[in-house]
Amino acid sequence: MSVIPGNLSPASRRSLWIGRVFQGFLWLSLAIGFVMLGALLVQVFKEGYKWVDAVLFFEPPSTDPLIAGAEPAILATIYLGILLLLFTVPLGVGTAIYLEEYANRERWYNRLLEVNIQNLAAVPSIVYGILGLAFLVRGIGLGRVLLAGAMILTLLVLPTVIIAAREAIRAVPGTIRDGAYALGATKWQVVWRQVLPAATPGIATGSILALSRGLGETAPLLLVGALTYVAFNPTVLGEFTALPVQIYQWIARPQEEFRTLAASAIIVLLGILLTLNAFAIWLRNRYERRW
Amino acid sequence: MATRDVAAPQPLRLRASRRRWGEDVIKGVLALCALVSVATTVGIVVALFEPAIEFFREVSIVDFLTGKEWTPLFEPASFGVLPLVAGTLLVVFCACAVCIPFGLGSAIYLSEYARPRTRKILKPALEVLAGIPTVVYGYFALTFVSPLLRDLGFNVGVFSALAAGLVMGVMLLPTVASVSEDAMAAVPRDLRDGAYALGSTRHQVATRIVVPAAISGIIASFVLGVSRAVGETMIVLIAAGGQPNWTWNPFEAVQTMTAFIAATGQGDVPTGSIEYKTIFAVGATLFVMTLIMNLISIRLVRKYREVYE
Repeated sequence: MSVIPGNLSPASRRSLWIGRVFQGFLWLSLAIGFVMLGALLVQVFKEGYKWVDAVLFFEPPSTDPLIAGAEPAILATIYLGILLLLFTVPLGVGTAIYLEEYANRERWYNRLLEVNIQNLAAVPSIVYGILGLAFLVRGIGLGRVLLAGAMILTLLVLPTVIIAAREAIRAVPGTIRDGAYALGATKWQVVWRQVLPAATPGIATGSILALSRGLGETAPLLLVGALTYVAFNPTVLGEFTALPVQIYQWIARPQEEFRTLAASAIIVLLGILLTLNAFAIWLRNRYERRW
Repeated sequence: MATRDVAAPQPLRLRASRRRWGEDVIKGVLALCALVSVATTVGIVVALFEPAIEFFREVSIVDFLTGKEWTPLFEPASFGVLPLVAGTLLVVFCACAVCIPFGLGSAIYLSEYARPRTRKILKPALEVLAGIPTVVYGYFALTFVSPLLRDLGFNVGVFSALAAGLVMGVMLLPTVASVSEDAMAAVPRDLRDGAYALGSTRHQVATRIVVPAAISGIIASFVLGVSRAVGETMIVLIAAGGQPNWTWNPFEAVQTMTAFIAATGQGDVPTGSIEYKTIFAVGATLFVMTLIMNLISIRLVRKYREVYE
């Protein structure tokens, strides 16, 4: 930034100064986000790095922090991730295809469907937990099992997947569809052989980001009952403790050692989620086509 | 001379020569996928409001909405939701004090000041903040921000609305920034160029042209931020405290609506008991509050889309 020249009118001088102060405020705004991110990472790593070890990965939780690990929680999070992808991708992509390729926008029910999905994307996650508690755990008597957790996380991230998949499908140019129709393809042949392959990178990126969001969720799992003490490795229809819930349990304990253990588990969780996010961004940059 | 009759040209038939049942089945299956979202909303409404209505048969709705004491687990039980609402608003206020000015500032910088190259790096980097799980923010609030506030001389305990709110504000910063920035990006170049041609500075273009032109999207981002803050659970559960507290002092520990739901719902409260039903009554209150804010924000976003796209 150059020195303010002397031959300016007072009004111009003032507006130049205001401009500089304003720009300073903008820098500060951005800096706050990054400084806090840095502080968070430093705090977690400083506290937790020494206990990211074999005990954490291969031992069950215990009341003695020195031998307590998170193996059941890590495995449960991996299972949840697999189930989540199996459930959300077909449902989310199916809904997106319906809305983009089949639905008539003039009809009131299709417009309602769109607003409904936008609203669901912003419903607090704890409300999904209440839904799970009322219907899955107590209502149909599924109990506090991993499958119930996966189903609730599915409903939670479904709107995100739908919105991402719709954007990917919308980005495929209409000329591709017209070309396929001109060659005699049916609607489904157009969608399945032309639109979906072209939209796959966008859909994959959106699904992985949604997966990462779902795996970091804690609140709905608390209500679906992941807070029970689980010292054995999980099964789909058994009780479970996911990694974020394990972290919460350890934070909530009064002993200082458990806070350290929580920090170690946070490193593992952040490692998983940031890897997923980085993979999604790499996919987008590598395969996304500009039409 | 004999003339030949020429048949009138047949209108082109655009309909398929035979019905393709497979295509219809596929459309039906896709519509069923879409119905899952509708079923989710219906499920939420039924799950929340049925027990909530039962709750209001036992507790008067006026007492619930105006009572200043929330002690559902003690004898005599008292069901005034105001302390939980006040706790929520206090935390939300602290969060907004961070995410609204600095989120908007970040958005203006990214949209109006940053070079395309810088923007391409800064934007995803900022979004990392939105990808960090809330339980991690809770840990950060409890073990870093809360002691830091004490070191800075603030009179806060281990748990406080302030520490939880400030960290929540940082978490929401990228949400506010990215929705606002989308709105600013939709403002046509011509408006900016016109202002520059009249001799405006960059600061004047940003504050007098772009921000007013994108105002509905910017307000939508604020509303969305508030709605997220109201519904956020883990940070307040970990760092704001566990006792309902009728106060407007951000240095004190408070319990929010979400924290109450999480704290009560994770235990083994018997189905059908009044404690069990309080979860749904508070949950219904929370759902209605966030629903109103979400609908406002969806409407506002649509408004600027209609104007510029």
